[in-house]
Amino acid sequence: MLYRENGQFKATYRADQQIFPIRQDRIALIALLLIAFVLVPLSAPEYLFRAILIPFLILSLAALGLNILVGYCGQISLGTGAFMAVGAYAAYNFQVRIEGMPLIASLLLGGACSTVVGVLFGIPSLRIKGLYLAVATLAAQFFVDWAALRLKWVTNGSDSGSVSVAGLQVFGFSLQSPAAKYLFCLAIVALFALLAKNLVRSAIGREWMAMRDMDVAAAVIGIRPVYAKLTAFAVSAFIVGVAGALWGFIHLGAWEPAAFNIDRSFQLLFMVIIGGLGSIMGAFLGAAFIVLLPILLDQIPLWFGIPISTATASHLTSMIFGALIVFFLIVEPHGLARLWSTAKEKLRLWPFPH
Amino acid sequence: MKTTIIKTIALALCASGLSATAVQAQQAKEQFFPLLVYRTGPYAPNGTPWANGKQDYLKLINARDGGVNGVKLTYEECETGYATDKGVECYERLKGKGASLFDPQATGITFALTDKVPQDKIPLITLGYGLSSSQDGNVFKWNFPLMGSYWTAADMLIQHLAKKEGGFDKLKGKKIALVYHDSPFGKEPIPLLDERQKMHGFDLVKIPVTAPGVEQKSAWLQVRQQRPDYVLLWGWGVMNSTALKEAQATGYPREKMYGVWWAGAEPDVKDVGEGAKGYNALALNTSGQTPKVIQDILKLVHDKGQGTGPKDEVGSVLYTRGLIIQMLGVEAVRRAQERFGKGKVMSGEQVRWGLENLALDDKKLAALGLTGVIRPISTSCQDHMGSTWARVHTWDGAKWNFSSDWLQADEMIIKPMVKAGADKYAGEKKLTRRTPEDCQS
Repeated sequence: MLYRENGQFKATYRADQQIFPIRQDRIALIALLLIAFVLVPLSAPEYLFRAILIPFLILSLAALGLNILVGYCGQISLGTGAFMAVGAYAAYNFQVRIEGMPLIASLLLGGACSTVVGVLFGIPSLRIKGLYLAVATLAAQFFVDWAALRLKWVTNGSDSGSVSVAGLQVFGFSLQSPAAKYLFCLAIVALFALLAKNLVRSAIGREWMAMRDMDVAAAVIGIRPVYAKLTAFAVSAFIVGVAGALWGFIHLGAWEPAAFNIDRSFQLLFMVIIGGLGSIMGAFLGAAFIVLLPILLDQIPLWFGIPISTATASHLTSMIFGALIVFFLIVEPHGLARLWSTAKEKLRLWPFPH
Repeated sequence: MKTTIIKTIALALCASGLSATAVQAQQAKEQFFPLLVYRTGPYAPNGTPWANGKQDYLKLINARDGGVNGVKLTYEECETGYATDKGVECYERLKGKGASLFDPQATGITFALTDKVPQDKIPLITLGYGLSSSQDGNVFKWNFPLMGSYWTAADMLIQHLAKKEGGFDKLKGKKIALVYHDSPFGKEPIPLLDERQKMHGFDLVKIPVTAPGVEQKSAWLQVRQQRPDYVLLWGWGVMNSTALKEAQATGYPREKMYGVWWAGAEPDVKDVGEGAKGYNALALNTSGQTPKVIQDILKLVHDKGQGTGPKDEVGSVLYTRGLIIQMLGVEAVRRAQERFGKGKVMSGEQVRWGLENLALDDKKLAALGLTGVIRPISTSCQDHMGSTWARVHTWDGAKWNFSSDWLQADEMIIKPMVKAGADKYAGEKKLTRRTPEDCQS
């Protein structure tokens, strides 16, 4: 009943091609956006903003970027942490070296630098693919880790290799309060999600998917592999770079290269795989799973007043978390997004399944 | 009609006010201490005794004194795993529970929190670690690198080496290698060492080790090639014992290795055993079970079955350091209560005042059962470090023995560096230095 589509006719191509063709989806999305933009900033406590919502949003954005590369174009990458780091350090350099640089411009320029690096490390993808490419992108990770640790220029001569930003503002609004930071991240993430969704529905997105499904066949029907693969690397690295800049600027405030180490790359790859390859919503679901679940698992013994030591709780969290990943991948190898679409299919027929 | 509405609203307001005070009264007698710890991960062997010491001291104060002037001490641990983003999450979580003081227990987390604490008005204790220039209380109002920073540590080590060689002029032409954890923690001492290098003309070789430090073959290959006269070890966790094993394999004499105070505890040398014999490290505090406060913990906490961690580790180097950190936090609360009202729960701002006005002389330390464990310490508005004393201790294969007198960092060198660092920070953040009036607050 919830998903009855009776009477929803589409009389134009435009109506047929919209992102959410079903009315219930549109209503749900508008409700979600209203809650996210209005209700949450008014009511959420600081902890929710700083420790959960902001990291969730930023990592969703990074997962979204990675999903374009891995999920839509089929190019496995282990260099996501590196692209985030490039975005963060480049944005930092624009911010501190140029007087009066607007925050949004530094973020976007950080993304642009990340694009350049992404394309550079994407060039090997023209010759190699699959696991071999994963190892090639790993080189990006090691190189950027090395550069951020050793090249004084990158950290603006900081003695300890740790950099920090302060006094952020956008169009005169100070980004000090957690709610302001959250709204800023939310706006950027919503915008990028919309752009990404439209990109993957457009001609270029179809080229990426053709490359992913069978590159030889794609080349035969006239898709240029060079163009398709490098654009996927560029778009992906741009989004990931902006996410990295947000992670440094908005979430941490001060960071060291360890914030973007190889663990971050793996974490993002897991988000994409668990959330659902080739799905915009998957990036959000995956990020929610990876960010929220460990925090939740950490808290559960406390809520029930079970007196276990901190170390045991932490070990238990790792074990349960690992087991859940395996369980999900067995039960639903296509990720949480697929689980949701299956549920939607079922809801369409409910309560009279046939 | 209108008056009834107003009356109702007034009544409701009163009721809510009453219930709020009732809630406050219920919680009034508890001072909450958030404990950021890492009991898992590559740094767990060192993080665990440190965390145990902190917890046991709080238990002791509750058991022996019934809290601070009747205010019970409560605590909650949060596992950071030494990761900065996890540490930030823990900070936010525990902040919401009424925290008035944090010991982040990691240099990276300290850096991330330094920008957040002025807004939240919560002081940070970073005993012997963190940002070296945060000693300058005029710029870093909320940071307290009590008892020493990496600059003072590096300075003391160079002084000790000079004394060993027979004077600073003898350091000329000597080669000193810094084998360091490649993170802000390991890089902090470099500016000071560069400064000293310029002064005395020794040759400083910087050899980074990638975190967490289990892979050091190439670093020690460099040591073998360069043949330094001394190796300064700036490691933490598994890096230290690995370095000692590598030194043994390379044949580098352990007698010529000097660790920072975070590289000189039992977990670093125990596994290496005889191979670590002769290794030196700085020590901020004594170890062993003789001090009265340790005896009290054994008697009043561990014998009652309420101890944290194994009993035989009570009094180890890092355990004692954790205890001292917690002691300074508790003393700051006590000091704050002297000004803002005994038997009350202190807020973050009040505890900050307490930390800024610590005055622990020999008599007070004796009363706390800490005679000989640390030197007297007193802080001020300008100086958030208090004092900076340490000794060198040497591992004899079974225990640590002191092998030097008390060392103190040279103020002539440290002070200008701290001021320059703080000024640079203030410039970047567009902060102004605190006025004398602000020091009274």
